[in-house]
Amino acid sequence: MASDLTKLGIAEARAGLAAREFSAVELTTAFIGAIEAARGLNAYITETPDLALEQAARSDARIAAGTAGPLEGLPIGVKDLFCTKGVLTTAASHILDGFTPTYESTVTANLWRDGAVLLGKLNMDEFAMGGSNENSYYGPVVNPWRRDGDSAALVPGGSSGGSAAAVAADLCVAATGTDTGGSIRQPASFTGTVGIKPTYGRCSRFGIVAFASSLEQAGPMTKSVRDAAILLGSMAGHDPHDSTSVPLPVPDYAAALTGDLRGRKIGIPKEYRIDGLSPEIAAWWERGTAWARDAGAEIVEISLPHAQYALPAYYIVAPAEASSNLARYDGVRFGLRVPGKDLTEMYENTRGEGFGKEVRRRILIGTYVLSAGYYDAYYTRAQKLRRLIAGDFERAFETVDAVLAPTAPSAAYAGGEKADPIAMYLGDVFTVTANLAGLPAMSVPAGLSSEGLPLGLQVIGRPFDEAGVLNVGYALERAAGFSAKPAAWWRG
Amino acid sequence: MSVDPATVKKIARLARIRVDEAELPALADEVNGILHFVEQLQAVDVAGVEPLASVVHRSLPLRDDVITDGGDAERVLANAPNRIDSFFTVPKVVE
Repeated sequence: MASDLTKLGIAEARAGLAAREFSAVELTTAFIGAIEAARGLNAYITETPDLALEQAARSDARIAAGTAGPLEGLPIGVKDLFCTKGVLTTAASHILDGFTPTYESTVTANLWRDGAVLLGKLNMDEFAMGGSNENSYYGPVVNPWRRDGDSAALVPGGSSGGSAAAVAADLCVAATGTDTGGSIRQPASFTGTVGIKPTYGRCSRFGIVAFASSLEQAGPMTKSVRDAAILLGSMAGHDPHDSTSVPLPVPDYAAALTGDLRGRKIGIPKEYRIDGLSPEIAAWWERGTAWARDAGAEIVEISLPHAQYALPAYYIVAPAEASSNLARYDGVRFGLRVPGKDLTEMYENTRGEGFGKEVRRRILIGTYVLSAGYYDAYYTRAQKLRRLIAGDFERAFETVDAVLAPTAPSAAYAGGEKADPIAMYLGDVFTVTANLAGLPAMSVPAGLSSEGLPLGLQVIGRPFDEAGVLNVGYALERAAGFSAKPAAWWRG
Repeated sequence: MSVDPATVKKIARLARIRVDEAELPALADEVNGILHFVEQLQAVDVAGVEPLASVVHRSLPLRDDVITDGGDAERVLANAPNRIDSFFTVPKVVE
């Protein structure tokens, strides 16, 4: 029974718990066993089995008492960017060595409020900077998926690579991620899982280690669209501790899943047919368009004329915000301290040793574009482009209800393949626009590449229309009938 | 625009990150690669465009000006690499 339970998603596990087919302790025990057997994937930085079993026992008591919450007894993995009270939180960085928060992030507090169980903290790119999960102080995450007939290790995408791998390998019922430029959607595409980045302001950022504050949002990473709808419902909501969180009621997202797209208009952005787009990605995009049409949607070609500038604008705005946010790591208040002969040398030694190469690179770029004499040429100009990019979407949404595009320009690839930073950055080409414009966007598995690797389709929606985005995703999911799972080779 | 190793050294100093001298030329190449990549933004006419800093279309909310938190030095200091009583410690700054 144990191995079967780990295959369950939120909806099925919840039904099984409610029907007393198994207990929360049994469910949690099954996942703890699966995690131990999958350490080769390096998906978890910190495992919390004792805490999980305590929480599960309390969940069983609440289920018996008839006071179960919406996520009661469901074992979740949490990206190690969310502060968890009393549990090591690293952001996958050396500079946060030993950091054990004395407070809980609002999003994770919402999960525990609703009865969820914490299995552990998931690996990621350091400070959420990266697209392959190779930038972790705790080592790279291995994608559970391999190419057909090939045992070469592939990257799971990033930055929420541990979350994506854990969901794909059944090492949790679902996981949390964060998305600053594509960090939920691109790893979801690489691992055959579902992920949604909600509208900026939908989820509280309080207690999430900050990288680029104007771009990032938390979101669920799950085995199905329905699971994403359920988990987002718990994660979302206004929080007085985050002044950018929006005081809007959270709809019942799962109730909105009809798969009926009649009367809906779906836009296909012509600028996303970039030079060199893989014919395979283009073919799945075409298929997705046909599925949306079959579900009743009207397909409309739209233009996002400034989309091509999204990536360069992002790689000014995000590093600028990062250089400011990461100034707090000074070796004085928490984490790593490397001594120096005076205060400045202590700062420099701590930060020189504590930050990895990509983080250092982005802080340097950010410092440069914000420095006197370059601020207007780079930073202000990038913010103007951001206005134009957001305006493109505002115009498009006067006509269409949602936008359909590929999630990523490729399937998963081998580690070390994209050593050049720019080559790595190009993996976000289809996803960054939604962050710059603050829009909800999700990735849904479409099918397998000719090499046997998952590929995702992306749905982008109007501000705060997560329900509409999820419903388009649901229609695509039903039409795709994606049920492939990676062979569990890591169990040895 | 491009940067030389001396400029990278200056930026690193501003960012308070120690970088070995030997690393500066390679780091300058990496930074220049990214600066070259973002150069394409110069081609866009942005005259009259208002910079967008936040997608949240409302002013920051105000709350009553009362004390809501604090008086909890132990929690604040719990993760300090080094402390004396209720204080963070740093290397001596004033002789």
